[in-house]
Amino acid sequence: MIRRRRTPLGSLTYWLVVAILLIGGIVMVFPLFWLVSTSLRPAPELLLVPPRLLPEQWTIANFQKVFDQAPMLTYLWNSLVFATISTVFILLTSATAGYIFAKFKFPGNNFLFMLVIATAIVPFEIYMVPLFLQMNALGLVNTPLGLFLPFLVLSYGIFFMRQNTISGVPDELLDAARIDGMSELRIMLQLVPRLLAPAMAALSILAFIQAWTAFIWPLLILNNPKYYPMELGLSQFANSSSVDFGMVAAGAVIAMLPALIAFLILRRRIVEGITLTGLKG
Amino acid sequence: MNSPLAAVRRVPRRTWIRYRFVFLVLAPVMALFIYLRIVPAGQALLMSLFDWGLIKPADHFVGLDNYVNLLSDDNFRLAFMNTTFFAVATTVISVVLALALAALLARFVTGRIGGALELLYFAPVLVSMVPVTLGWREIFNYQHGILNSALGLVGISRQAWLSDPTMALVGVVILSVWKQVGYNMIILIVGMRAIPHVFHEAAAVDGASAWQQFRWITMPLLAPVTLFVVVITTISAYNVFTQVYVLASDVQGAPGQLVRVLVYDIFENGFRFFKMGYASAEAMYLFAVILVLTVIQFRFLRGSAE
Repeated sequence: MIRRRRTPLGSLTYWLVVAILLIGGIVMVFPLFWLVSTSLRPAPELLLVPPRLLPEQWTIANFQKVFDQAPMLTYLWNSLVFATISTVFILLTSATAGYIFAKFKFPGNNFLFMLVIATAIVPFEIYMVPLFLQMNALGLVNTPLGLFLPFLVLSYGIFFMRQNTISGVPDELLDAARIDGMSELRIMLQLVPRLLAPAMAALSILAFIQAWTAFIWPLLILNNPKYYPMELGLSQFANSSSVDFGMVAAGAVIAMLPALIAFLILRRRIVEGITLTGLKG
Repeated sequence: MNSPLAAVRRVPRRTWIRYRFVFLVLAPVMALFIYLRIVPAGQALLMSLFDWGLIKPADHFVGLDNYVNLLSDDNFRLAFMNTTFFAVATTVISVVLALALAALLARFVTGRIGGALELLYFAPVLVSMVPVTLGWREIFNYQHGILNSALGLVGISRQAWLSDPTMALVGVVILSVWKQVGYNMIILIVGMRAIPHVFHEAAAVDGASAWQQFRWITMPLLAPVTLFVVVITTISAYNVFTQVYVLASDVQGAPGQLVRVLVYDIFENGFRFFKMGYASAEAMYLFAVILVLTVIQFRFLRGSAE
């Protein structure tokens, strides 16, 4: 194997490349560091020119002010409920419909599947206006249900689960289960998901992130802060007149924290999930 | 006797039970799909042909008037130019950077050091758009933002990142490249690692330099993955909204007006002026761009699979 030749020159190149990548990497995380650093400085230090990298006097006053002025915990809770409901429904609808499209022959199978795939090409922004009118006609504007509804299905999820069912669930196993007298419903809801756990984990990460980061639909459909998810609540808070940079930064840190903690715990799964479902932007 | 009824009778009972199961599972899912995706998409197309408002729906049919009027609408033209510039700049810069990073991190700098570096570049992908945009808003601040201070150190004068339309567009590109590059890098790394070692080894034996190997082995074999990354980045860039809305939203309380992009213009026509038919026609122009990009991707992916 020629791969691992380490001449002194090669080694120098190696460390030079590492150094360059490290400098770039520091630039990449700097904005995140800067948010944290800004959130911890007292008001007078926010206006220093040039700014200092770290606060001279550390303070958590900004966080206290944020919690006083904005219902951050409500926003977090709303986001959590929204993302969880969306994920559960997307998993359920994608896994069942994906399984049916993969394993059952019936008239219209191809047509219905193509219909689902066709909708994957149309971005949400194209039909948000008529969708809003539909929700308006049902009286769902400014209600949690109106927020949730468009996030209950994901065409890419059905496509993804169908592919995984085809490649991961052998027909013989299904037939054996049927001969053993297992009902179709139990096969679909108990047996098949057990074989597709990694795919379902990847899909739930995608679905959760998608709902958690949703912005334009909450902005359209909601006008009561009581229902705001974090992203929308934070952006409205940042634009209210009584906040300074320290408070905006503190709010942003509060909003980022759950995602970063989740990532530290689920790091491997999340990266796997993102690459596995990479097809979706 | 070949009547349809006879054909139906010939289907065995077990198959009927199967069909009933398929129907019971699929019906609710398809109902959601039709109601939440297909109806609104069709409706958008229909509305684009009408003078459609919030209170007077389907008032009168105007044919292609909305489409024609848009062509001479300054806001739409500006939005289209801005969005296209944004999409091209963001895509080109983020993909080129991601390729360079992936080339170094896929095979050369690996192991624990490589993993840690990957994580640094991937970090912006992990946090959601609103908080990081607020962070960049501080960095871009004219008076005490750290970017202008840093530029001052190298003798570049202060830039009005948040109030000059051109600089704001550049700022949105910077922010979006920063957010996107780690994602593209990860996909490209996976693609590069999937290329069998033997190709590079054979080339190395023949005396090919690292650059030659990258240019003549990695690039061609990676082409489908690169195309995929280019297309999804371009599509998502054409739909840009959140960062524009948040970044420019402390300027005179008019969010998103500083850098007018297509989705913002659709949003404004639809929900501020209630010209919903007009907004839908605009959405159809956006969809046309996305459809072309999607077709390109399918063409090439199919071509490379054969």
